[in-house]
Amino acid sequence: MVAPADAPGTGNAHDTSDGTARTVLDDQDISRALTRITHEILERNRDSAGLVLLGIPTRGVHLARRIAQRMSEVESREITAGALDITMYRDDLRLKPARALEHTEIPDDIDGKVVVLIDDVLFSGRTIRAALDALNELGRPKAVQLAVLIDRGHRELPIRADFVGKNLPTSLVEKVRVRLTESDGGDSVSITTATSTGGAA
Amino acid sequence: MIKNLLSAGDLDRADAIRILDTAEELLGVASRPIKKLPTLRGRTVVNLFFEDSTRTRISFEAAAKRLSADVINFSAKGSSVSKGESLKDTALTLQAMGADAVIIRHQSSGAPHRLAEAKWTKGAVINAGDGTHEHPTQALLDAFTMRRHLGDLQGKNITIVGDVLHSRVARSNALLLDTLGADVTLVAPPTLLPVGVDHWPVETSYDLDSSLEKADAVMMLRVQAERMNASYFPSAREYSRRYGLDTARLGRLPDHAIVMHPGPMNRGMEITADVADHVRSVIVEQVTNGVAVRMAVLYLLLGGAAEESAAEEDSTPKERE
Repeated sequence: MVAPADAPGTGNAHDTSDGTARTVLDDQDISRALTRITHEILERNRDSAGLVLLGIPTRGVHLARRIAQRMSEVESREITAGALDITMYRDDLRLKPARALEHTEIPDDIDGKVVVLIDDVLFSGRTIRAALDALNELGRPKAVQLAVLIDRGHRELPIRADFVGKNLPTSLVEKVRVRLTESDGGDSVSITTATSTGGAA
Repeated sequence: MIKNLLSAGDLDRADAIRILDTAEELLGVASRPIKKLPTLRGRTVVNLFFEDSTRTRISFEAAAKRLSADVINFSAKGSSVSKGESLKDTALTLQAMGADAVIIRHQSSGAPHRLAEAKWTKGAVINAGDGTHEHPTQALLDAFTMRRHLGDLQGKNITIVGDVLHSRVARSNALLLDTLGADVTLVAPPTLLPVGVDHWPVETSYDLDSSLEKADAVMMLRVQAERMNASYFPSAREYSRRYGLDTARLGRLPDHAIVMHPGPMNRGMEITADVADHVRSVIVEQVTNGVAVRMAVLYLLLGGAAEESAAEEDSTPKERE
């Protein structure tokens, strides 16, 4: 039930770089949210037999693995999560230099299965649109559901999440930063108010 | 990332590793029910082949099509080149038609450089073999195949055997493998080693048998009879005895060593049929990997924005959403 606690004691202390960073979820909050999402997925789909969990790199994959681990405990059988790289399906490829590809790993045939896509933050919805395109070429799932840790609003496409860890109303000048032990040495979600960096939109 | 791929020597270690890692991911596309990615939709790729080729042209065509690019095949035979059209005019014609990338194979060494430097085409120029000079994508697919079997190439011993003089594959491999940290030994009769080979980042030997025991991979080169205008060795039989890879020599290789050949093979000349079809031969796999490597090259050269904006690259991609 507890998130992997192998972090070297960093806990939820946020970075020193931004003075305006505000932690909204700590490691316990993230753990509870993932446990709840796991149970919601199982409740909605009755059982785990026809489920395929796919995380979107990079942090979505970490979250998918954690959900799969919780699901294995609840269902008392081994459930693995896969990864779905959406780089080649992005609609903003031509706006930036070519990106490196992430690893795609589909654990199971997805035809006729219920695919649960898992990502860290739901924002414009464009990543999910790209993921739906990618899925389309891998097979024909019976249904596709979406689980996210944070829904920060500002959708640019008609896409919604089925399972949400926390709804986080934000303004466009704010940045949501998800840190996970697997890649960032600690679990936390924080909001920073971008001062003048015109970077990520 | 570089704009054109003209020489394996243009790639630094980071670029080379990036291409190989990208190819690793793209290899999976071939095993999917729909072998296609939408990434280069609407881009036009021209295969400009002045010299005969089977696998390279088909490989580039398959790679471009799997990325949804439009492919125009041009071969010198049956085109206006046979009426005397120059490379420049051919290139300008293709430019006028809006080619985003030109993949060129030419019998003259340096033709791809001329095409890229003279700015006859605005698109990316990819060298698919120029004369006896370079064949960078072949070197990349060879390195990719070795990496899959041998792991990291740092400190690995690669032996390249045969007609080095006429081989663009050997030169590109020597440059790329050196960048990747491998130790390359070229084995050939003295007549088939090019002038200036002592400036290459390689060791050379005239004796195949002495370099077999330490080899992690052996790459046999085709004897390019069509480029030979003089006698480079007394007879095919003698060449085969001294520099051909047969079952006895295969047995002296370490157990993990692989046998490679860029194709097309002269069975019975540089490699016997038993060795070519042996389980340790990865010659067919090289062709499969070629498509993935060429997809990676096309994606990295054409997939992103034309102009680098360095500031954007550092922001973590996931921050958008």
